[in-house]
Amino acid sequence: MKFDTPATTNPIDQMQVVGHPLNRIDGPLKTTGRAPYAYERHDAVPNQAYGYVIGAAIAKGRITAMDLSAARAAPGVLAIVTAENAGPLGKGNYNVAKLLGGPEVEHYHQAIAIVVAATFEQARAAAYLVKVDYAESQGAFDLAGAKAAGLGPSQATPDARVGDFAHAFAAAPVQLDATYTTPDQSHSMMEPHASLAAWDGDRVVVWTSNQMIDWSTGDLARTLNMPKEKVRLISPFIGGGFGGKLWLRTDAVLAALGARAARRPVKVALTRPLIPNNTTRRAATIQRIRIGATQDGKISAIGHESWSGNLLGGHPENAVEQTRLLYAGANRLTGTRLAQLDLTEGNSMRAPGEAPGLMALEIAMDEMAEKLGMDPVEFRAINDTQVDPSNPDRPFSRRQLVECLRLGAERFGWVGRSARPGTRREGQWLVGMGMASGFRNNVVMRSGARVRLDGQGVVTVETDMTDIGTGSYTIIAQTAAEMMGVAMDKVVVRLGDSAFPASAGSGGQWGGNSSTAGVYAACVKLRETVAQKIGLNSADAVFEDGQVRTGNRQVSLAEAAGESGLVAEDTIEFGDLAKRFQESTFAGHFVEVGVDAATGEVRVRRMLAVCAAGRILNPKTARSQVIGAMTMGVGGALVEELALDKRRGFFVNHDLAGYEVPVHADIPHQEVIFLDEVDEMSSPMKAKGVGELGLCGVAAAVANAIYNATGVRVRDYPITLDKYLDRLPEVA
Amino acid sequence: MKPFTYERAGSPAEAAAAAARVQGARFIAGGTNLLDLMKLQIETPTHLIDVNGLALDSIEATQEGGLRIGALVRNTDLAADARVRRDYALLSRALLAGASGQLRNKATTAGNLMQRTRCPYFYDTNQPCNKRQPGSGCAAIGGFSRPLAVVGSSEACIATNPGDMAVAMRALGAVVETVKPDGTTRSIPIAEFHRLPGDTPHVETALERGELITAVTLPPPVGGTHIYRKVRDRASYAFALVSVAAIVQRDGTGRVALGGVAPKPWRVEAAEAELPRGARAATAAILDGARPTHENAFKIPLVERTLGAVLAQARG
Ligand SMILES: Cc1cc2nc3c(=O)[nH]c(=O)nc-3n(C[C@H](O)[C@H](O)[C@H](O)COP(=O)(O)OP(=O)(O)OC[C@H]3O[C@@H](n4cnc5c(N)ncnc54)[C@H](O)[C@@H]3O)c2cc1C
Ligand code: SF4
Repeated sequence: MKFDTPATTNPIDQMQVVGHPLNRIDGPLKTTGRAPYAYERHDAVPNQAYGYVIGAAIAKGRITAMDLSAARAAPGVLAIVTAENAGPLGKGNYNVAKLLGGPEVEHYHQAIAIVVAATFEQARAAAYLVKVDYAESQGAFDLAGAKAAGLGPSQATPDARVGDFAHAFAAAPVQLDATYTTPDQSHSMMEPHASLAAWDGDRVVVWTSNQMIDWSTGDLARTLNMPKEKVRLISPFIGGGFGGKLWLRTDAVLAALGARAARRPVKVALTRPLIPNNTTRRAATIQRIRIGATQDGKISAIGHESWSGNLLGGHPENAVEQTRLLYAGANRLTGTRLAQLDLTEGNSMRAPGEAPGLMALEIAMDEMAEKLGMDPVEFRAINDTQVDPSNPDRPFSRRQLVECLRLGAERFGWVGRSARPGTRREGQWLVGMGMASGFRNNVVMRSGARVRLDGQGVVTVETDMTDIGTGSYTIIAQTAAEMMGVAMDKVVVRLGDSAFPASAGSGGQWGGNSSTAGVYAACVKLRETVAQKIGLNSADAVFEDGQVRTGNRQVSLAEAAGESGLVAEDTIEFGDLAKRFQESTFAGHFVEVGVDAATGEVRVRRMLAVCAAGRILNPKTARSQVIGAMTMGVGGALVEELALDKRRGFFVNHDLAGYEVPVHADIPHQEVIFLDEVDEMSSPMKAKGVGELGLCGVAAAVANAIYNATGVRVRDYPITLDKYLDRLPEVA
Repeated sequence: MKPFTYERAGSPAEAAAAAARVQGARFIAGGTNLLDLMKLQIETPTHLIDVNGLALDSIEATQEGGLRIGALVRNTDLAADARVRRDYALLSRALLAGASGQLRNKATTAGNLMQRTRCPYFYDTNQPCNKRQPGSGCAAIGGFSRPLAVVGSSEACIATNPGDMAVAMRALGAVVETVKPDGTTRSIPIAEFHRLPGDTPHVETALERGELITAVTLPPPVGGTHIYRKVRDRASYAFALVSVAAIVQRDGTGRVALGGVAPKPWRVEAAEAELPRGARAATAAILDGARPTHENAFKIPLVERTLGAVLAQARG
């Protein structure tokens, strides 16, 4: 099905099932421990052996010698695979560094070997017996240094200019020119990257934990130099990904290579200390923001430049993305600058671009509002735009930013905030409120599904879409139930298998809308097939209560399907609506914090997000997404940072004791409101993404609340007490 | 993890004797620290002596009016003990500020005293570390040192002792009771139990080879207001940036020990005379000679501010 004209009324609009806050259909499996994750597929194949991955001990250089003899002789060892004995390997389209390094080492903890043994403990013990000699070379690890050396825009990603920024900024009566930094971050999902690989002749099956089945199936085939048809990936349950599992990674490649060498199925999980330096990271940024405005608060010039670093061949962190679209202003400059750094690949982590970009931009907006003597909500509202500011002929498909901000301000009690910072004290606590706009683009991706109807009237959906904890199973079931007019318990959803039609996958908050649109397309076809089978005109057929009906004729779906059942498959493909209209999602984030007047410890007290993100397919799963994202936003504001050792070129705090994320005690009252919205431009579902929107802007709202509480502005994330202790008032 | 042998000791003296007999032997109690380190091959014992069956898990009153805490009393039980809560609230509060409920259920009194540093370079066997591998150098000096020590450190090592319980014990003047492989026993004042790194950072305590901790004795209660204030980046389940254990008397005199700033629980008795003059004077005296790094210099004002708040809280 091609979606290239705005959606009109369709069966989803009945909202009999879609739009209801249903529990997750996979919930009981998860809460009872019966949802099998890749590393737990003991049932899948017999005779599984264990692989242990060895990471490079240097950041850059060459392996000069590897002595495997002691490890080979160790108890239980079945095989050791290195670049030297692995045979020729290709590289995936989506990978920058090699997933099996050597002799060249591109970054710290790049995998250089896998040791396969009969037990995990044997594999690990043997791995420590592998002796590696290196010739280290000088790597580049210092982003600030590269910036200071005058790093400019590249030809691949030129600056975007509208009007005359420099002139307008210089002429603006009120100006802000400030620089902000965000640190490297690690996805830190609960389930580590894990895979179990089994060969059958020249075919390989990999049970894995992966967000993008089709991409990764292709990339595994490319890496192993074999046809894609001979590779099968199975990933029905994923214990979190946050973008860290968008790609084929070391676990899958080395499980496959280990299994080939050991002639046994092999499973591999990356150990926690390996993950931060071996897998991808969210890249640190340095962001310079300049805003010029008239005295009455109209932005006349807005400039945003962002510096980040990556391996050769990697992309910049696009932290300026939202600044092209979020606020009005006739003169604009945005651009990224990319340093070559020998750190593990920088790539997507939940809301890449906007998440770090808004961390900076929304502090800048707060600073600017203060300079203007305006309320921060009002300042944003008067700079709202309903069209793409770089191209006024391109309207937003649906934009309710101001509605989010105003409703949020009302519900949060924003009027109670003192505009003068550092004035509210409750016992030991300095208390303040902050807010920020939330913005994340809506992306649509082609997505396929197959739908079967059987003789019991059961509808089974098959698609390689993944559920990374987001609720895909549930919203897909709701879509099929709505379309086919059956109850939820008559729908079976099977996901995450490359044998199923290729879907949008889970990433960039495109999964929910795109994959359900694919299921919608397949169901439209199935409805036609059913109608045709029983000789009805599909256009007037009503699918309701397990029956299909026109006029006074009524046939049950079970009967229509008959013994052999019916099947339909289709793929939703998107035309140029997303080019003609700017599709984005919006939020207002409000946060209240307490800052300990003596120690400077920040404790969040309450949070509110108001979101406008198209039709909410399931308010319960959507809310879970948003509160999880808000939690992540608190982490980004207050604790998350990969500590970089610039001499040695690696992230030192590479486990969850050193890399802190919020714990329960950090997360107080959270409230989420969804505005009633449909977006006819986005898909037949009229939905948009929400899972990343919930993160975008949160950290800045926390930062602004800290400022409001203390009068101390910190422009360097995470906002830890060491960065402002000396600016807090004396202890009485 | 390297292969190791395992035995259950029959008595404390036998455990100590067994530990001295086998080169590379280690006691295992709750295992919450040792097993983690073994998995990463930071500790590579050849032989484990399980001390959990040694019946060292009771808390008894001493003749002097104090408490004798068995080496195997779990952190959870110690924190909840009514006598501890009444007379040594500082200890109870320090314990509850540490780790998590699950860990405290396993962690023992002796194991907690013996817990090793959380210096991140100590945890990465690719990196030089004098504590892990004597003579290999110290990767933390000049590197990521935010969590590390500001006082008592050396050219060889700037790691901190990460514990909470021991900080309270230091303020309370606890004594560590041990048995040696030859069956003799001794009492080690907590002030002398943890060692400064000097040029042997791998030697962390006064224990001799094979020596087993059997108990920790607390002297009779000293009264006063007991406050344990742990400052950390997140609200729970994190090691201290700094912690302040204070016992403050009505007249403003008192005792203070610090966590998170030194290779051992940090208390300078002579400096406590400054307490009535306030946090600034006291901190200057307690942290006299501090040599912070660029990254952790904040700990000094943080101690001062935290101590100030603690003293204010004690005044009521
Ligand atoms: C995630 C995490 C968070 C933590 N957070 C904190 C925190 O915030 N604050 C804090 O203070 N601690 C914290 N800890 C550390 C915790 O307190 C220790 O792991 C625990 O107290 C160790 O006790 P155990 O009985 O398990 O010791 P084990 O792991 O069994 O042993 C530790 C050491 O003590 C030795 N040992 C054990 N018993 C004896 C004995 N009787 N005589 C001589 N030597 C002995 C062992 O040989 C070993 O070397 C944390 C630990 C973890 C894993
Ligand atoms: S500070 Fe101590 S523990 Fe840390 S690396 Fe240096 S020697 Fe090792």
